[in-house]
Amino acid sequence: MINTLSRMIRTGILTEEVPRPPKGDLPIGELQGKVRRVLGRALCIRHVDAGSCNGCELEIQALNNPYYNLEGIGIKFVASPRHADMLLVTGPVSVNMEEALKRTFDAVPDPKLVVAVGDCGACGGIFGKSYASRGAVADVIPVDHTIKGCPPSPVTILQAILETIQSTHASTNYHL
Amino acid sequence: MPSNLPCSHKRVGAVEWREIAKSVRSVGGRLFALWGTDDRDRDGSFRVYAVYLQSGGVAIVEHGMEGGTKPTYPSLREYFPSALRMERAIFDLLGIKSMEPDHRGWLRHGGWPEDAFPLRRDFDRNSQFAVVSRPYPFVQVEGDGVHEIAVGPVHAGTIEPGHFRFSVVGEKVLRLEERLGYKHKGIEKLFETMVQKEGHRLAARISGDSAVAYSWAYCAALEAVTGTICPPRAVQLRALALEHERLANHLGDLGALGNDAGFAFGLTQFSRMKEDLLRTNQTYLSARYLMDFVVPGGVASDLPDDASRLLLDHYRFLEADVSAMRNTYDNHAGVQDRFRETGILSQETAYNLDAVGLIARASGIPHDLRSDFPWPPYDKLKVKVYSQPSGDVAARVALRFDEVLESLRICRALVTDLRAGNTGTAVPDAEPGLFGIGVIEGWRGPVLIALETGPNGSIRRCHPHDPSWQNWPLIEYAILGNLVPDFPLINKSFNLSYSGHDV
Repeated sequence: MINTLSRMIRTGILTEEVPRPPKGDLPIGELQGKVRRVLGRALCIRHVDAGSCNGCELEIQALNNPYYNLEGIGIKFVASPRHADMLLVTGPVSVNMEEALKRTFDAVPDPKLVVAVGDCGACGGIFGKSYASRGAVADVIPVDHTIKGCPPSPVTILQAILETIQSTHASTNYHL
Repeated sequence: MPSNLPCSHKRVGAVEWREIAKSVRSVGGRLFALWGTDDRDRDGSFRVYAVYLQSGGVAIVEHGMEGGTKPTYPSLREYFPSALRMERAIFDLLGIKSMEPDHRGWLRHGGWPEDAFPLRRDFDRNSQFAVVSRPYPFVQVEGDGVHEIAVGPVHAGTIEPGHFRFSVVGEKVLRLEERLGYKHKGIEKLFETMVQKEGHRLAARISGDSAVAYSWAYCAALEAVTGTICPPRAVQLRALALEHERLANHLGDLGALGNDAGFAFGLTQFSRMKEDLLRTNQTYLSARYLMDFVVPGGVASDLPDDASRLLLDHYRFLEADVSAMRNTYDNHAGVQDRFRETGILSQETAYNLDAVGLIARASGIPHDLRSDFPWPPYDKLKVKVYSQPSGDVAARVALRFDEVLESLRICRALVTDLRAGNTGTAVPDAEPGLFGIGVIEGWRGPVLIALETGPNGSIRRCHPHDPSWQNWPLIEYAILGNLVPDFPLINKSFNLSYSGHDV
């Protein structure tokens, strides 16, 4: 126990020590502030892998590491679509996942948002359309926002989640 | 046969096809991969290929059959149980049947008609069909108080889709049956539309967590058929990338396993270490995840001049952190209580059911191609192969710790002894009709790319194989007698690829 506690103290709070993110991305501190201002309360996200290579999953998982402090800024991943405000969908939609994706979408209560993550989710990526792939997520369910990248970095994903919420607020009377 | 490993090749008839399997099994060899090809345009035949790993290296056995109305070949399941799912996949994609009764669709879930076979030459890749979903007859368990729990394909977490059907009494699992194939994206058919010089990009996306292993395997196959020798610096950088991939995945798993045992501190610490490593990748190897780092002939970017010292510093800090966390895990009664004797895969079961890679090593079967048949630069690195005898979750955790520390040693050796020179060389288009094999020991186990070349730098056929094919059925055994709530922990301790399996 002493070892665990002393390691916690020595590790410190990493969220404050985030190095500069790659060019073109907002610094993380600014992003966090915006999420709080826009949301006011927790955003519940359900992730659905509709056929990805699993690269995007790794970066979505990384959002939960201490550098990004996702729950600290009021965003959390939930285990059921029925608890979710937003679906984060990865992958080209494989034919074998088409039905499961549609059913998951239907299970999310209205109003809902859908963000397609990664080059594959955004436009089909390297896999495109074929006998086994329906291509982009938007070809199967309505999509509000897409995130490019292969895989997109956690900062990019976070930024896009925020943009989705902002643009939704600006354009409609959408209440999250 | 061109390959980065010692590799033999033999064409056989139907009788010998089974006899070879029997003799390989009797001397302790292992079935590594199994796939089929439509060669009717060339000589009117279908072919199946089996790849074995044995003491002399990789052995490829090829069996051709007439392309009549119902092409069949003898099953290898009797000697290698892992062959069954691969044979079902071959039928779904090619319509050639093994002489086995189980022909439930494995990769085909109703997304294309029963009489259409995507890997046949006359099948148009761009055909689109409406999904006709059919019930899948799971094996039923009957008796007092037995009920079923259906899980998936969409799981309650940021993980890949697959279906698990548990038959339980109370909380105790009597039987688990997996159903996979949800992520089938037609990767093999897609390879046939690509040129040889681009194939590594698709290979890297077969299973994103093994991008370096797959892209290297692809490049190794292409370089073998074209007789290309990569510069020493390029192969050293490839190995560095491969070890970073191993480190990143092992660190992620160690954290997630702590978390699944109710020890969130472990997840926090290891996910921090993983993130640090990914950022180091970004700084020195061009990207957090090295999807396009390994390219035919070499690597896409060189290390910056100041990298060596900083990388060595990083490894030193990481080693201290991992050693301290190992101590914490080992001495935490609650964590050890969850890890030990949970999800046991005995050495005997692992051997009988063809376990490979990390999972085999955690059940006392110490095979690692980096040491068994070291290809450059591993021939100079003397990789130490670790194994754990107990085959439980604790063994799979301990093995990951061992392998992280060994990987760090390898990384240090690579960085310290990095040769000067080019990071790549030109690769010519291969002649048509050549066949090459690339095999790389990724973090999960050995991955394979079998490449057949077509005219004008095209790909005639490319088959990827993931160690998850062998290891998925093992979870059905490791879970027996355990409690349902221990399934996430056991499943995580295997951490198999869905995408690499479903292709």
